[in-house]
Amino acid sequence: MSTQTTAQTTTQTRVEPEAGQSAAVTYAPVAENIGAVLTRGDRPKRPSPVAASTAFGWRAMLKIKHVPEQLFDVTAFPIMMVLMFTYLFGGALAGSTEEYLQFLLPGILVTSVIMTTMYTGVAVNTDIAKGIFDRFRTLPVWRPAAMVGYLLGDVLRYVLASITMIVVGLIMGFRPAGGVVGVVAGAGLLVAFSFAFSWIWTMFGLLLRSEKSVMGVSMMVLFPLTFLSNVFVDPATMPGWLQVFVDASPVTHLVSAVRGLMAGAPATGEVAWVLVAGAVIMAVFGTLTMRLYNRK
Amino acid sequence: MDGRVTDLAVETSGLVKVFGDTRAVDGLDLTVPAGTVYGVLGPNGAGKTTAVRMLATLLRPDGGQARVFGHDVVREADAVRSRVSLTGQYASVDEDLTGTENLVLLARLLGHRKPAARDRAGLLLEAFGLSEAAERQVKTYSGGMRRRLDIAASILSTPDLLFLDEPTTGLDPRSRSQVWDIVRAVVAHGTTVLLTTQYLDEADRLAGRIAVIDHGRVIAEGTPGELKSSIGSGTVHVRLRDPAQRPEAQRVLTHALGVPAHAEADPLAVTARVSGTGSEYGAAEDASRVLAELTAAGIVVDDFSLGQPSLDEVFLALTDRPAEPATEEAAA
Ligand SMILES: Nc1ncnc2c1ncn2[C@@H]1O[C@H](COP(=O)(O)OP(=O)(O)OP(=O)(O)O)[C@@H](O)[C@H]1O
Ligand SMILES: [Mg+2]
Repeated sequence: MSTQTTAQTTTQTRVEPEAGQSAAVTYAPVAENIGAVLTRGDRPKRPSPVAASTAFGWRAMLKIKHVPEQLFDVTAFPIMMVLMFTYLFGGALAGSTEEYLQFLLPGILVTSVIMTTMYTGVAVNTDIAKGIFDRFRTLPVWRPAAMVGYLLGDVLRYVLASITMIVVGLIMGFRPAGGVVGVVAGAGLLVAFSFAFSWIWTMFGLLLRSEKSVMGVSMMVLFPLTFLSNVFVDPATMPGWLQVFVDASPVTHLVSAVRGLMAGAPATGEVAWVLVAGAVIMAVFGTLTMRLYNRK
Repeated sequence: MDGRVTDLAVETSGLVKVFGDTRAVDGLDLTVPAGTVYGVLGPNGAGKTTAVRMLATLLRPDGGQARVFGHDVVREADAVRSRVSLTGQYASVDEDLTGTENLVLLARLLGHRKPAARDRAGLLLEAFGLSEAAERQVKTYSGGMRRRLDIAASILSTPDLLFLDEPTTGLDPRSRSQVWDIVRAVVAHGTTVLLTTQYLDEADRLAGRIAVIDHGRVIAEGTPGELKSSIGSGTVHVRLRDPAQRPEAQRVLTHALGVPAHAEADPLAVTARVSGTGSEYGAAEDASRVLAELTAAGIVVDDFSLGQPSLDEVFLALTDRPAEPATEEAAA
């Protein structure tokens, strides 16, 4: 088997290899050039945790740039969710779709973004399978930086998903009383919580053996968590045992907090609940993630 | 031990790694002097990758000690990480990113600012003959190009010690020799290289010293010359036209070389080791004498070759059993 597409020439090397070889020969390493790179290798100081995390975040952006199709799940999927649920339930549940949308949009926003968090675990898991992880783990950088990098890329996805859905909502007649400030605050809280929540998936990404099992576990957790909540209907209509579950779910609290902010009537207690829950999730699953990362 | 200055790049004693029932590395003792290419030679499953991964701080040893430039790989992992680089057996570059992006990312992770990172990436890509492919995604690269990018990524940090885990397995002959040239250039600059391989000829070409490992431990160690002279410096393979002439051919070979010639499973084949020590031109002189004597005896030879002993033969000589699972050696 020969190296395909070897139209490279050696003309770009600064020190020409053996005279007499035609310009069409394939690469011939030139010791001087390689030596020159090594000599110029002044070793800079190791990067700060922020610089290292930013560099990993940049990698996540590059992946989005090269594989833009992956944004499908943060654009098309949320649009579909808004349209589907508004027209499916709107008439039956709230009398009119317009009225239902005021109730539904913050909730469906939370559902879609929380659902997207599972791709973090998938990304971590695919990278492990490819061996690039070994390279990262031998670098003398702040250890959590690689994980924070994934999440920085994901934060961008959460923001994109939020913007898409809010814009679609506005077009369809969503009129939040909280105004721009309320909507931005609500979306901000959602993105912050999702960042914390994603550490659950970095842990599963490291723990489970295949991409499929990561997907499976994510679905098992996310479907009940998002549907058994106050996203679609008022929990007061549910049987008592279900209300207990729904009231304890972080998604319910998150939805209440986001709804309050967007409606211009912030529920401080709910916001505080969400922030504390986020901090606890991050502390627990962040620690577990780093333990797995160092041990892998 | 104290933190004394050491000119040993790697020093392990009794290193152990167990996976379930498999003792992948089982009491490995290695001493690698700084500034040289050190070859670790062994068949599939010998424990090469496991050993290298422990030395590069990717795996935690289950027993024994390992030091890299005097730093313990477990307790002083960060100090080790800042001085070593690993090019793993399987490519560890990001396929979705371009060549430039891969190197710029690593340069930034090593603390270079963006302009310096770009500059360094450009220089490396040029030195490794990847300038034209620099802006292409790595998934479009050939195996040889990928390997080169992987090695470029590893020397970006100017490591003092570079681990190359089977750097040429799966490459065509031209790509192999490119990698060999790169290794020579890197070591000429003063970087220590620890290279694992399944090919004796590769270790022979590059390494100053070789450790042969099997079942996770060292079974022989020395310079390539020492190892080869302990098993003969080459092998003559003869293929006859007429199987009836084989006993006669065997007799001629034994007589000409002074060592027993083996009848192979193939009824047409005879092989014998040549020492090359007694003749001015080494093994080649022995080989040409064998060929002359075979012709003189009226034996029709269809194929005749002189090759380096294969890893199989090294194993046979060292352990009196073949390397398992069987490794194939490039035709001589
Ligand atoms: N993660 C693992 N889990 C279980 N067993 C493992 C693991 N890694 C390696 N092994 C086993 O340990 C032994 C040594 O494997 P290792 O990969 O170190 O060999 P190697 O010399 O690099 O072989 P090769 O030439 O095939 O790369 C093998 O028997 C292998 O099956
Ligand atoms: Mg291996």
